Amino acid sequence: MSEGKTYVEDVNRAFYDFRFEEKDSFRVQSGLTREIIEQISAEKGDPAWMRDFRLRSLEIFHATDMPLWGPSIEGLDMDNIVTYVRPNTERMHTKWEDVPEDIKDTFERLGIPKSERESLAGVGAQYDSELVYHNVRKEVAEQGVVYTDLESAMHGEYGEMIREHFMKLVPPTDHKFAALHGAVWSGGSFVYVPPGASVEIPLQSYFRLNAAGAGQFEHTLIIVDKGAKLHFIEGCSAPKYNVANLHAGCVELYVGENASLRYSTIENWSKNMYNLNTKRARVEKGGRIEWVSGSFGSHVSYLYPMSVLAGEGAACEFTGVTFAGEGQDLDTGCKIVHGAPDTTSHVNTRSISKSGGVSTFRSAVVVTEKAEGSKSSVSCQSLMLDPISRSDTIPAMDVRTSKADIGHEARIGRISDEAVFYLMSRGLSEEDAKALIVSGFAENVSKELPLEYAVEMNNLIRIEMKGAIG
Amino acid sequence: MGAELLRVEDLEVSVGEKEILHGVDLTIGRGETHVIMGPNGAGKSTLAGALMGDPEYTVTSGRIFFDGEELQELAVNERARRGLFLSFQNPVEVPGISLENFVRSALEQRTGKKIRIWEFRKQVRKVLETLQMDRSYAERDLNVGFSGGEKKKAEILQMLLLSPTLAILDETDSGLDVDAVRTVSEGIREFQKDRSASLLIITHNAAILNSLEVDAVHILADGRIAASGGKELIPVIEREGFAEYETSQREEAGA
Repeated sequence: MSEGKTYVEDVNRAFYDFRFEEKDSFRVQSGLTREIIEQISAEKGDPAWMRDFRLRSLEIFHATDMPLWGPSIEGLDMDNIVTYVRPNTERMHTKWEDVPEDIKDTFERLGIPKSERESLAGVGAQYDSELVYHNVRKEVAEQGVVYTDLESAMHGEYGEMIREHFMKLVPPTDHKFAALHGAVWSGGSFVYVPPGASVEIPLQSYFRLNAAGAGQFEHTLIIVDKGAKLHFIEGCSAPKYNVANLHAGCVELYVGENASLRYSTIENWSKNMYNLNTKRARVEKGGRIEWVSGSFGSHVSYLYPMSVLAGEGAACEFTGVTFAGEGQDLDTGCKIVHGAPDTTSHVNTRSISKSGGVSTFRSAVVVTEKAEGSKSSVSCQSLMLDPISRSDTIPAMDVRTSKADIGHEARIGRISDEAVFYLMSRGLSEEDAKALIVSGFAENVSKELPLEYAVEMNNLIRIEMKGAIG
Repeated sequence: MGAELLRVEDLEVSVGEKEILHGVDLTIGRGETHVIMGPNGAGKSTLAGALMGDPEYTVTSGRIFFDGEELQELAVNERARRGLFLSFQNPVEVPGISLENFVRSALEQRTGKKIRIWEFRKQVRKVLETLQMDRSYAERDLNVGFSGGEKKKAEILQMLLLSPTLAILDETDSGLDVDAVRTVSEGIREFQKDRSASLLIITHNAAILNSLEVDAVHILADGRIAASGGKELIPVIEREGFAEYETSQREEAGA
């Protein structure tokens, strides 16, 4: 890494917790009715097909039951969630100077423009329901790479491509919150990387939810065409409120033949957030999807990025870390479908729980009859920092061919007193000693991240470890 | 004899319900090197652990003074900050931080001063050379995948860089081959060059002591200091072993 990279130093809890007066220009009433959906659709200027899609999704939403198999979401009352909040700006900007002061200040504090200058190929910034900024470096645009918001792309030359792919991987019938997303989605990014193009530095979208009691439903659609290559980073945060906020985003990733996509996320929603996010990738012959996922925030999370290995030799690598502290119930993991011969998947996760936090690792590996010669390895390790915290591992495997090589390994442990003593004997405080051990435990993820994000993740661990001693 | 640095008074230490040390007295002066020898199970590591504050050991009676201050109430890191160092028999592997970065941050924590990376790196390289360790060890995660011998050398490296006022070496020579013992001994001699630094070397093997200055030798047997003397005790132990001290101890107990 070159000198002079961005370092996110001295983060404290207040780092993410600042908030601004809600100066939005328009918001719908809370709750979910046909009128509200029509209002959102009109406000956004949807094409007709999209308006119909929203209304159909709303019907599915009302006809589908709440999930009953995971952490409790009783505290989430859909009648109280405001599904659309337009920030106080007329349109999306391509220069930070044009973004309204308080919104710009938010992203400045989160270090986004600085990262953009120093280490990113393009940036998208969403504030509540709409993108307020999108820009991509000239060199990247010249390769034919499209990186913009979904709304404007829908009306332009990629309209048909979007219509062909939008919610085809995650249909509204998938589950109740996928249906909700289909009805009220707003914002997010559209990325198209043409055949053979290689984006060497990452693109990043940052999602910030400022309004209390609101929902964020951004849609990320990425198409990496044959032989192309992309690294996309997603970051999210919100200030803490006493009312429930909801995040039900949707990510659809299409990885073409021999293409490769790395999708990294550092999620640090505030602890009143219900994070019910759906992410899915379809990988064609010889293609590769790499997920890097850090889950630190939210009150409740349901997050299981899914990879469908549809073409021969397609590969998936999933690396994740989840940190559940006080009042958090984080149910995370992944799903992989081996649907073609010689496909491979490697899953490597760490979960940490402390101060009564609950961390559950849930995975499903499905190997179909067609997937002869496939290989899968799942390894999950958990660390519990005190006796009141909880960690569960629920790995499921459904293997339909005998000609596959499948492995699974799980370990649950506690911080060793010996290691803490060793580090303290060199002068580290108990807190620093434990933070160091936890950072080391989570290193599988941090080493996969660009340097500044790795630093941020270690800072998050440090914040989470504060007060962990007792 | 130098000014008093460490004074242990009638120290009794237990592990769980079992008392291991039955009243140890020991005084070490500034700049002195003391050696503790004794058979397996005599309580040597217990003494080292109790001095550093290992939570596994409970001090049930007695007092420890370090540099005029009572240690008992101080957390492990506070003891380190005051200049105490323990070279572990089984150093712990800590992934996620390199040996060099770890020592640098430990030093910064102790001194409260920011250390310049490049100057520190030069210092690290010099110590690596003294210890005949490859430069790459500085970049490797702390003790992760190090051989037994390299772990011990890394402990000595930390000692040399942290420059404590009293370093306790708990069987740093055990499990090392002849060459490694010589190298480690070289490192310790380097440490002794600082005239104010003190050492407490725990061993049951005299080889490591050959080339070192030694001010006092104590025999720890059955949880007590059974005998103390000068370097001349070492060849006697090498010849005759500890049997004499163990028996006399038992007789005393029975008398």
